[in-house]
Amino acid sequence: MSDWIDIAPLDDVPQRGARMIKTALGCVAVFRTAEDEVFALDNACPHKGGPLAEGIVHGKSVTCPLHNWVISLETGDAQGADEGRVATYPARVESGRILLDRAFLRPQSKDGVAA
Amino acid sequence: MTTDTGEVLAYDRLVFGTGSNPFMIPLPGHDLTGVIAYRDLEDTQRMMDLGPDHKCVVIGGGLLGLEAAAGMAARGVDVTVVHIMGHLMERQLDEAAGYLLRKALVDKGITVKCTANSKEILGETGKVRALLLDDGTELPCDLLVMAVGIRPNVKLAQDAGLAVGKGIHVDDQMVTSDDDVLAVGECVEHDGAIFGLVAPLYDQAKVAAQTLMGQQAQFVQKELSTKLKVTGCDLFSAGDFADAEGREDIVFRDPARGVYRRLVIEQNVVKGAVMYGDTADSNWFFGLIRDKTDIADMRDTLIFGPAYQGGTPLDPLAVVAALPRDAEICGCNGICKGQIEDAIAAGATDLGAVRSTTKASGSCGTCTGLVEQVLAVTLGDDFVMPAAAVICGCTDMTHEDVRRMIKSQRLMSMPAVWQECGWKTSCGCHVCRPALNFYLLADWPLEYQDDPQSRFINERKHANIQKDGTFSVVPRMWGGITTPDELRAIADAADKYMVPTVKVTGGQRIDLLGVKSEDLPDIWADLNAAGMVSGHAYSKGLRTVKTCVGTDHCRFGTQDSTGLGIKLEKELWGSWTPHKLKLGVSGCPRNCAEATCKDIGVICVDSGYQISIGGAAGMDVRETELVVQVATEGEAIDVIKAVTQLYRENAKYLDRIYKWMGKVGLDWIKDRVELEGPALVDRFELSQSIYRKDPWAEHVQTKAERYQPLANLTLEAAE
Repeated sequence: MSDWIDIAPLDDVPQRGARMIKTALGCVAVFRTAEDEVFALDNACPHKGGPLAEGIVHGKSVTCPLHNWVISLETGDAQGADEGRVATYPARVESGRILLDRAFLRPQSKDGVAA
Repeated sequence: MTTDTGEVLAYDRLVFGTGSNPFMIPLPGHDLTGVIAYRDLEDTQRMMDLGPDHKCVVIGGGLLGLEAAAGMAARGVDVTVVHIMGHLMERQLDEAAGYLLRKALVDKGITVKCTANSKEILGETGKVRALLLDDGTELPCDLLVMAVGIRPNVKLAQDAGLAVGKGIHVDDQMVTSDDDVLAVGECVEHDGAIFGLVAPLYDQAKVAAQTLMGQQAQFVQKELSTKLKVTGCDLFSAGDFADAEGREDIVFRDPARGVYRRLVIEQNVVKGAVMYGDTADSNWFFGLIRDKTDIADMRDTLIFGPAYQGGTPLDPLAVVAALPRDAEICGCNGICKGQIEDAIAAGATDLGAVRSTTKASGSCGTCTGLVEQVLAVTLGDDFVMPAAAVICGCTDMTHEDVRRMIKSQRLMSMPAVWQECGWKTSCGCHVCRPALNFYLLADWPLEYQDDPQSRFINERKHANIQKDGTFSVVPRMWGGITTPDELRAIADAADKYMVPTVKVTGGQRIDLLGVKSEDLPDIWADLNAAGMVSGHAYSKGLRTVKTCVGTDHCRFGTQDSTGLGIKLEKELWGSWTPHKLKLGVSGCPRNCAEATCKDIGVICVDSGYQISIGGAAGMDVRETELVVQVATEGEAIDVIKAVTQLYRENAKYLDRIYKWMGKVGLDWIKDRVELEGPALVDRFELSQSIYRKDPWAEHVQTKAERYQPLANLTLEAAE
């Protein structure tokens, strides 16, 4: 069952941008697209752990600032020739607020799905 | 022969190469300012200087006039072409092809007036204002270009008593009516013809050279073909296509695709060809005309081109492969397929090498594709067809195309660029967005709002990201000069924020490595309080101006190199450029500041300042090349601002100065700086009125919270 946590106003994250949330288990990046959709992913590129929240957001993807891996915000999969996956978490916008499912606070299993 | 200074030169043989003059119709007002011909670099520059929102009238709907009109229209100028005949390019095209061409030009936003007689050029305070037609129409204009043909320059020959008609009369050996005097080029008349295209002129020069050496040679007028160099208007014409007794036409029309082909045939030989819309087979048809091939056997399918002669359709490469060695590939320079094959066999294995060894495709460039196909056929799999360097997968356009569109169509926002240039993605990608953001802010400093979300993280957060996600902080040290107070403030900041590494950089300043994102606004505030600002060590913009100690201390110094370095850094800091920009100022040719491997370097000498550009000391190592030597510091600063602005306005994103210089040439840069230096400096200053400021102080004030986590849920339970 979903258990949504109110994180912050949508406007605290710029369009085509991201901010980072600290949790006890590491950092999660919250992305906002040009169309005001929000996505939540672990803030670590599967390549060398680059902070995805600092990347350039385009369409429904983000480019890692360290070595330009492109990660899908929807699936967490590395795009193109690169292989790897980042854990994703349910996120949505309601009344101008960003909500995340509490799942992102739980430890992750190896395949990147919330346990 | 007597020169204008009165010097007398004796000759055994004399060659006239006096060329031609553009014909200026002696309309009332033809001597007003702003009435020009289209002949030389200066005329072209006048046209290029005409920005969007200006109006231009071109008199003359021939090759040159239309190329001028299309070029200006592409730069956003409102162009009207006035042509006296019933259709455009009437000497090369029939009416149907002229109609299609007119339609294509109108689609490009050009107004075309045919059967239009110019009556008078109207002016105001000595400057052109409008063209008046004899039907009373007034066409307002800021510039009027006359492209109505050339007249051989025969005055001197006439005065010398040589036989002169339209041009200087010459025989097949290029000898005039005086046996010791020859003539070549646009000044001659041979067998009733005068010459405006380049190919026969090269032939004439070869014949003249052989005649001078006492060898037998004969100039023969060949069939000429014409192509128009206007993007999107594919047309070709060759030979004679006037209606006459005994001539028949074969015509092919596909109105929906805008394709038109007409062949004029006389006694089973092709006499002329006009093609519009699809000219891929033009060389094959031209060959039929030139070789007077008997076409009786292929008449049924002739109009469809070589692919439909004798069975299965051929691919374009096979067509080129089937061409004989004496098939002409480059009309401008008279280069045949065999010469290109020989050059390839001798080691010229790419387009550039073929061009530099044979000149093929080196003049007008329309045969470039054909030369590439000869390369492909000859080299087989060893040849890689060069792909146009598009910016990224989001677009089919190159950086140069997009920069031109931004300027000519006055595109001032990223969505406008995406729309007008046909972007294939919703909002670009990490490759194109930073480039577009730079182009827009460089061209429209007042109108365009910088987009942080289109910047790489370093430029968004004004610090350099490190591999562990921390940042490095480099305060500016103007000209590499610091003070005990600044050093104390840096030491205090390093202690307070527990900076793990403090390093002295190659740019004569101090790098604090390993600062956490959350701490950036605080460390900046502390450094600001001590009078320091961002060193932009992270930007595609001015980095450092490295200096030596100059006359203040050095026994060899010739000028105050440190002082000039500081002044330059204070003028240029904050400016965004296509790539990083590093300067150096050395006080004497011993060059302790290593200025000659910087993007822009100054070497002080007794008599002034040598300014050179295009150095590199990274993946490539290169020495700078001299632009100019000036006498004063003020002049040196202005030249450097002008070069920087020229670079900002023209270079491809992520090209350092040396790469840009390799494309446009040092001479072009020198000319522009000399001709429009003050205007470049003005535009640089305009841009700097927005960008010459400390981004650290601004972010401390307005954006500090963006450096903090959006939320801290470390104490929040999972369940």
